[in-house]
Amino acid sequence: METFDFSDPFQMFTIPVGEWASEATKWIVTNFRYVFQNIKLPIDFILSGIEAGLRGCPPLVFIGCAFLLAWQVAGMRTAVFVAAALFAIGSIGAWPEAMTTLAIVLTAVFFCCVTGIPLGILAAQNDLFEKVLRPALDFLQTIPSFVYLVPIVMLFGIGNVSGVIVTIIYALAPVVRLTNLGIRQVREDLVEASTAFGASRLQTLLNVQLPLARPAIMTGVNQTIMLSLSMSVIASMISVTGLGQMVLRGIGRLDIALATTGGLGIVLTAMVIDRISQGLGRSARDRAHKGWKETGPVGAVRRLMALIPASRTVPARLPQQEE
Amino acid sequence: MEWHIECEGVWKIFGPDGKTALQAIRNQALDKNSTKHRLNHIVGVADVSLKIRRGELFCIMGLSGSGKSTLLRHINRLIEPTAGRISVGGADTADMDKKALSRLRSKTIGMVFQHMALWPHRSLQDNVAYGLEIQGIAKKERRRIAAEMLAMMKLDGWEEHYPDELSGGMQQRVGLARALASDPDILLMDEPFSALDPLIRRDLQTQFLDLSQRLHKTTLFVTHDLDEAIRLGDRIAIMRDGEIVQVGTREDIILNPANDYVADFVRPLARSQFLKADAVMNSLTETELATNRRPEHCVPWDASLQHVIEKIAAVRQPIGVVRDDAIVGLIDPYTLLGALRTAEPIA
Repeated sequence: METFDFSDPFQMFTIPVGEWASEATKWIVTNFRYVFQNIKLPIDFILSGIEAGLRGCPPLVFIGCAFLLAWQVAGMRTAVFVAAALFAIGSIGAWPEAMTTLAIVLTAVFFCCVTGIPLGILAAQNDLFEKVLRPALDFLQTIPSFVYLVPIVMLFGIGNVSGVIVTIIYALAPVVRLTNLGIRQVREDLVEASTAFGASRLQTLLNVQLPLARPAIMTGVNQTIMLSLSMSVIASMISVTGLGQMVLRGIGRLDIALATTGGLGIVLTAMVIDRISQGLGRSARDRAHKGWKETGPVGAVRRLMALIPASRTVPARLPQQEE
Repeated sequence: MEWHIECEGVWKIFGPDGKTALQAIRNQALDKNSTKHRLNHIVGVADVSLKIRRGELFCIMGLSGSGKSTLLRHINRLIEPTAGRISVGGADTADMDKKALSRLRSKTIGMVFQHMALWPHRSLQDNVAYGLEIQGIAKKERRRIAAEMLAMMKLDGWEEHYPDELSGGMQQRVGLARALASDPDILLMDEPFSALDPLIRRDLQTQFLDLSQRLHKTTLFVTHDLDEAIRLGDRIAIMRDGEIVQVGTREDIILNPANDYVADFVRPLARSQFLKADAVMNSLTETELATNRRPEHCVPWDASLQHVIEKIAAVRQPIGVVRDDAIVGLIDPYTLLGALRTAEPIA
């Protein structure tokens, strides 16, 4: 029997965590692979829909739509910037890749929101649930993405759908955290007032807590979008196409031209999505209490309609009926 | 006598196990401090029983931490009592299911908050009409009532504006409009004017008194300001450490404070201005009434002390006090001086 060595106590024993994880993954893969293959189905459905739409859309039409959307939600200056940035992406030859990346990001963000916002709401309502959820979120946010890349490939295979799944894992935490925080930060007396006027918990949530937490929730969504984009290079290691793959191939072949194009494309895409999503998070108060119908292109069209003299919209047959 | 709101033996102990803590307090007769240190529970309201008449403006006065706001929140059950019974209009609120409780809060009771608590994302009309919205009243009707309420608070034309565009005084008028929108029987007011500056506060008190005399709502008005309580309250309850120390009219509280605590409170007030002739006079017995000749000069029984002083100074002889056309007492200069000496003790 060896004597215990105080200078190196860990020589005597090792907990084989790595082997356990490996065994567990193998066991799950052999027994439950079909479950994970089925999880892919809804993601695949939404991803291919969005991607087909984005890639099929003529670039100029897309830029036009993005311009109008940005004008509506964030104002004219942002709209000009968005159009210029998108035009630049096309000019440097990264348009189709950018559309693929955008499709992956939008799909990932969609799934992050539909799971993350309800989780955040639950956490805000229930202290116990928050206590359980918090370490899980810490885990998600700090574990290096390379660690789960291999098990994900074993369970889901390679390709864009797996790319969406790793992106969801990587980008889910902020939207959950900020939804929880946003709801908890709503002034206590505003919530109490709602209860005092007879509202149920659900009514208070919908009428008071969620509207007042909207800026925080939208910041969470914005952060989730940004994280999704930054995942695109890592995700390209499991054969995800798009801008990330341009960068990865560029690094692999020491092709500075390709890497720069891809990198610039990611930055520009990120800025476009960031500006638009931040615009969505602005409250009515930031817009000087103007309703969305009064600003942007919708407002412009409505003002134009109001300019048309009312007499011309009156049916011409009306006087004849009186005869 | 019809009691509109009744509280009987209401206790509220804050902490993880209020019921057990209450048992311990009852068995060992612990005070507030030892409850906090030995049981790690905080006494919010301690054995409060109150009865409030229909249409009465009832003030609950106390310093911060005295449990007055906590007690108020028991009426519409924003806070559940640890023990005791609360009934509103004869119905025990503990028996109410969710639907009945929602109706009690949205229809029967209106509430006004210390920091206004208007929702910043809703326009004024949507703030005012919230209780109606919860009751499921149609939008058009809601808008009509909201406009009417805002007009009553002299805020017509502000329907589409938002709370952050208003001054504090205007915001609290919206708060009042919101509380009155569903025409409730009861108003709960939690220090509604204490966040406002003194001039606006006085102005709103006047408006509120005027409104309250017109609408005759049973009102529970919580305040930490004795002047406000004296000015507004038909009756006043003074609270300390969760207990009610004294309940009475403003004259009761000022002239006959129940203990040193209340006496300390009312000391700064000029007590003589609340004294009336019948509180100062020497009462006459039946025989005296029969034998004494009627004094030449008289004052009514509820004449103010100021009035009595002026009268005596003018006529320079004892005056009579008249109630229901009969002499009930006499006031001479010595009686008057004695009364003033007791009313305003030289500290």
